[in-house]
Amino acid sequence: MGRKLLLEHINVPGINTLDVYRQNGGYRAVEKALKTLTPDEVVEEVKKSGLRGRGGAGFPTGMKWSFLAKPEGVARYMVCNADESEPGTFKDRYLMTHIPHALIEGMIVSSFALGANTSYIYVRGEMMPQIRILEKAIAEAKNAGFLGKNILGTGYDLELYVQPGGGAYICGEETALLESLEGKRGNPRIKPPFPAIAGLYGCPTVVNNVESIAAVVPIINDGGEEYAKIGIGRSTGTKLISASGNLVRPGVYEIELGLPVEEFIYSDEWCGGIANGKRLKATVAGGSSVPVLPANLTLKLANGEPRLMSYESLSEGGFATGTMLGSGGFIAFDEDQCIVRNTWNFSRFYHHESCGQCSPCREGTGWMEKVLHRLEYGLGKMSDIDLLVNVAKNIEGNTICPLGDAAAWPVASAIKHFRDEFEWHVNEPAKALKTNYGLANYAEPIAKAEVTTGN
Amino acid sequence: MLKVEEQQPVQFSSALIEKFGEIVKRYPEGKHKSALLPILHETQAELGWLSSEAMDKVAAYLNIQDIEVYEVASFYSMYFLKPQGKFVMEVCRTGPCCLVGAEKIMDHLENKLGVKEGEVTADGLFSWRGVECLAACGYAPVLQIGPEYTFYENLTEQKVDDLINDLRNK
Repeated sequence: MGRKLLLEHINVPGINTLDVYRQNGGYRAVEKALKTLTPDEVVEEVKKSGLRGRGGAGFPTGMKWSFLAKPEGVARYMVCNADESEPGTFKDRYLMTHIPHALIEGMIVSSFALGANTSYIYVRGEMMPQIRILEKAIAEAKNAGFLGKNILGTGYDLELYVQPGGGAYICGEETALLESLEGKRGNPRIKPPFPAIAGLYGCPTVVNNVESIAAVVPIINDGGEEYAKIGIGRSTGTKLISASGNLVRPGVYEIELGLPVEEFIYSDEWCGGIANGKRLKATVAGGSSVPVLPANLTLKLANGEPRLMSYESLSEGGFATGTMLGSGGFIAFDEDQCIVRNTWNFSRFYHHESCGQCSPCREGTGWMEKVLHRLEYGLGKMSDIDLLVNVAKNIEGNTICPLGDAAAWPVASAIKHFRDEFEWHVNEPAKALKTNYGLANYAEPIAKAEVTTGN
Repeated sequence: MLKVEEQQPVQFSSALIEKFGEIVKRYPEGKHKSALLPILHETQAELGWLSSEAMDKVAAYLNIQDIEVYEVASFYSMYFLKPQGKFVMEVCRTGPCCLVGAEKIMDHLENKLGVKEGEVTADGLFSWRGVECLAACGYAPVLQIGPEYTFYENLTEQKVDDLINDLRNK
């Protein structure tokens, strides 16, 4: 078994309560940080840990914190992004459901480090049960003196509130989240200024993902250097992976970064292989926004070495032969799944979730959905395939926020790796309606010539 | 369809107004507009949907323009701008759920309830719709029912039938 930092006590009965959480070492990080460290020392530990944002972007958390502006007399805000909505990702829901105090403890330490006296946890509105769980946990923490005025007699004050979203994927983008938290539509802001300078109510603000904030607890308990010893290279620590799709045991797993992908999929310790005795056709390794990879490139790098679950290894080969760790939303497709249909499904998602501010995204996501729909339903033309590539290219990089890229990459990568399956839908429309393309050669060893033709 | 008495002025219960008061306290002075999303959730939980009269009353409570409420209510997918069944069954229709049968569950709901997506059953009890990723992909297929957003996981046609029967007898 790999080391567990976040889910170590997940199976302890009553771990969702303050008492049991404390009996298992909970709130030590609050005691340590508030009583023995300065805010800057907390930031320094997080920097040393090498922790990278667990929401998807992978930006170093300590560095993000160090950008926070600290003008005299201006309030600062710490906001937790619990708007988990990236298809394939359900780790934050799991953490908040089972160990809510891990997030609350992390929020207290992080808010202290940043000098925030009011903090918000922005939870997607559909997670009403989790909102109730967090509110109860906050009340418990407040009763025990970990929140409110003069926490543990240190003179530090913090109020923590839960804010429900309204059902909008775009609010996972941090500036859209802040707009939403201000009671507005979730339209991402033009940057700069970044939230570290002008965030919530125009004040300096840090927005971090649930898992990143929870990871601050073991970092403070054990020290940043200890945390950095786990993992591989610049992928330090552990990561929660949400495993879904056609797996024997889908669910949330905490892995040490660097675990071979093959082991993660097939080992009985993890996902236990592909369900119903079928074979793996493809994966989306980091949430729907990252490039889809065929089975062969999922398990191995283009040079034949094993691919690992880490930021670097998953992105090895760029968009030609690689993908990204993203949010850790790992979706497995068995040999009976249709890549065209899934690509259409994801396009519909992005079209539905586009906020509509930028024309390339607002219009382009709709066009891609429409063209993919006709390909899937036997009405496509061969020219549609390149049309999709063209639309995706014209969205990518041309929008205020990354939703445009997130919509373009799944389409571009699906065509890149599964073009023959798209062509089959055009050539054999009647067949494509009744059956599917199957595994084809997607699990075969990669021919070297193919590898070098990336764009 | 439900009969809608459009002209009927909307009444907010005193309990609801009390909740509004609690919510507004979460934000710094002058930033009470932040309360809009949670207040709309509470309003919808009491009334079942958000009529323009209800939204106008929310605007008056928060001392903001009516349009500021409309633009928010129409942006977010959780707010209902027309009447719904007593139980709105929302099935996740995004990728991972479809890999393990979400589309079959939606077909089954349509047949079982005898209404199309977005329509309300004649007895006013049920409506259903497909929604985008609910962040429960490991327990797919899933559906949720507001206003508490109770989750039903690893759905089968049998589980859906049982659920509908349970709700009918509630």
